[in-house]
Amino acid sequence: MSAALAPRRSPARRVATLHALLPVAALVLLLAAVFLKQPRAMSYFGINLLLNLAIPVMFATLAQMMVLAVSDLDLSIGPFVSLVACIGATLMPEQPALAVLALAAAVGVYALAGALIEARQLPSIVVTLGLSFVWLGCAVLLLPTPGGTAPEWLRDAMRWRTPLLPLPIWMAIVTAIAGHLLITRSAFGTLVRGLGGNPGAIARAGWNMVRVRAGVYAIAGLFGVCAGLMLVGQATSADANIASRYTLVAIAAAILGGAEFTGGKVSPVGAVIGALTVTLAASFLTFLNIAPDWQVGMQGLILVAVLGLRAAIDLVGGRR
Amino acid sequence: MQDPLQASRGEVLVEARGAARAFGAVQALRGVDLQLRRGECVGLVGHNGAGKSTLVNVLCGALAPDRGTLHFAGRAADGAAWSLREARRWGLRCVFQELSLCDNLTLAENMRIAQPQSAEWAWRQRAGAQLMDSLDRIFPGHGLRPDDVVGELPIGKRQLVEVARAFTPGAQSLELMILDEPTSSLDGQAAAQLLAYIRCFVGEGRTCVLITHKLREIFAVTDRLVVMRDGRVVQATPTAETDRERLVTAMGQAVGKDAASEPGAPSTRPAAASGGASAVVQVPGSARHGMAMHAARGEVIGLAGLAGHGQTAMLLALQAAAQHGGKGAARVEGETAFVAGDRQTDGVFTLWSIARNMTVGWLAQLRARSPLLDLKREQAQAQQWRERLGLVTPDMDLPIGSLSGGNQQKVLFARALGSAAPVILMDDPMRGVDVGTKRDVYALIREEARQGRTFVWYTTEFDELHHCDRVYVFCNGRVVGELAGDDISEERVVALSFEDASA
Repeated sequence: MSAALAPRRSPARRVATLHALLPVAALVLLLAAVFLKQPRAMSYFGINLLLNLAIPVMFATLAQMMVLAVSDLDLSIGPFVSLVACIGATLMPEQPALAVLALAAAVGVYALAGALIEARQLPSIVVTLGLSFVWLGCAVLLLPTPGGTAPEWLRDAMRWRTPLLPLPIWMAIVTAIAGHLLITRSAFGTLVRGLGGNPGAIARAGWNMVRVRAGVYAIAGLFGVCAGLMLVGQATSADANIASRYTLVAIAAAILGGAEFTGGKVSPVGAVIGALTVTLAASFLTFLNIAPDWQVGMQGLILVAVLGLRAAIDLVGGRR
Repeated sequence: MQDPLQASRGEVLVEARGAARAFGAVQALRGVDLQLRRGECVGLVGHNGAGKSTLVNVLCGALAPDRGTLHFAGRAADGAAWSLREARRWGLRCVFQELSLCDNLTLAENMRIAQPQSAEWAWRQRAGAQLMDSLDRIFPGHGLRPDDVVGELPIGKRQLVEVARAFTPGAQSLELMILDEPTSSLDGQAAAQLLAYIRCFVGEGRTCVLITHKLREIFAVTDRLVVMRDGRVVQATPTAETDRERLVTAMGQAVGKDAASEPGAPSTRPAAASGGASAVVQVPGSARHGMAMHAARGEVIGLAGLAGHGQTAMLLALQAAAQHGGKGAARVEGETAFVAGDRQTDGVFTLWSIARNMTVGWLAQLRARSPLLDLKREQAQAQQWRERLGLVTPDMDLPIGSLSGGNQQKVLFARALGSAAPVILMDDPMRGVDVGTKRDVYALIREEARQGRTFVWYTTEFDELHHCDRVYVFCNGRVVGELAGDDISEERVVALSFEDASA
């Protein structure tokens, strides 16, 4: 039976495999280029330095990916990570209980936003755009000028010299596996992807749509909290705009990692690799002595190149 | 499990009394009484808009009836007590016409999302095995695997999955299955397998409602036939006691014949030769598309048949032919203007004013003299049309959403008729429109036709066919018949649109 089926399955499968390999190839290519330019980076410390900044980006990307999975877009993740960082640098060291409460409340607001989007059928872009100003406002109230101090334990954790591989690599492996189990393997993840693919089918099957979407946003919020705490642990202090660029970086990384705006098609492993690639691209451009003014544009070009390749794979695979 | 079901055979499972439901001005259900017994297969038939879908939606909890009562297995199932969820819990399943699978998921995952109750660690294997089990039972030799992604399967295979998934018992009991056109995209073998399984299913003491336009299937499987028309049940008989002719007659009896004898009937049209010589629209016949079609200047041509049998595709092909020559063989002289039927998706610009919604179709004329739009002329023309159509609005600058559905449709007519296009294509434009508006628009169409405009009019309402000079009947994407003048009758159209009956 499988022999007869093989011709039908293979082209679509091959396209899917190539799609999955694309972010990996982009990362390997960038790494090779970096090592060629800076052979000294090819060490425990070099890699640690190179990819350290990718840790918070990974979590922000996973948060964005959750929202992308249900065909929504989160424009508030950057300011949210900033707010978490500010909470980490101000409340956390002195009043840990209050800090935890504040973070829980913030995640609650995220879940509420998801419930609101579903219940009132609002466009997620509008709701999260509004929310982004709320986060920014809260962050400025907490920390009007850059400063604060991250708690000792958080700073120590981010400086941890992990055995065998540097911390960013371990982090990438752990988050990729956790994300894969959550989104690709678990029943809840299946439901989430189903909601992105065909909301009508989920509603007809009798699921509580409001609860599912609220859950998705709550998980996104949790990932955001992780991102913010790790960011402040690395930076040791915070400011209200510390992560504002994360919004777009996270979208770029998630898309780079194989997510699609049509919803229901996301890959957590790809998202983590995408986050590494985006961060590495910035470092690479610094090594090339390209002025910071040009770096953003060059990052964009790298993104366009990868997405262009993806479209080319589709074209050759005969999907469109 | 077999025994209690067999024992209760013949008991009433579902009873609806006086169920009524309206959508705005349209009364979709006008008090339906329906009884479904355990262990029977009931065929639900009727033409477009007869109320079948609304009835199914009321039964399965998607719509609450405005009036009437519903009982399921002896329990009251009204109002808040009856929802999609509740209905599923009591053992009611539906297979809808449009598929409810998630394209981006695998078969096993699709099985999982259909079962909100089950939750355990090895769900992937179990869901896959359950679905495969049903598939093997209903469609032996289906050639599907649990890790196939739905989006990569052809439509016919997806339908197999959809049907098999609904028939998988899972944690919830399965008492009543409602199948809405389940065989529409199945090949002959799979359809036969399904019909055989339905007999087996009701043989176990369960109940099945089958909605289909294929009369052969109706007569092959059902025990009882319920015919709906105009939101009522007009006939309910055992299948053995009726035949095709009686069924078709029951479906298509004219209710409002008076529409045909209104003043200004077809004879008043200009002396347009009905031959191909002066035709402004011409579609040659072919094996795939059926008979040839043509429309002369000043003619009103109806496209009839069951919904979704190629009429809209024909209108779009004509539109394409007028715009850029088209790739097909259709030929249209001059421009065309399109009147959309599905107002909300391809008709109105919801954020624009009434006037703007109207004048957007006339932009070519409005900028005839200069590259910029002539705003004064735009206003004046919009006012003219407002008076001509009797639009009920205090101000043309109000948002289009402030108008009722019927008045919105008038605006869309004005958009098309106000343009210079000699050919007007209409895609079932009277959906959900009140009677008063209809009468106004019929008169308008007649008047415009007299002045030499050609109308190609797809309609799902029988009465409207009497306003046409000639009618082409569609079936399965092909033109299967042409009716003209006094030949246009509901019986003839129904007979032609049901493939089996026309044979």
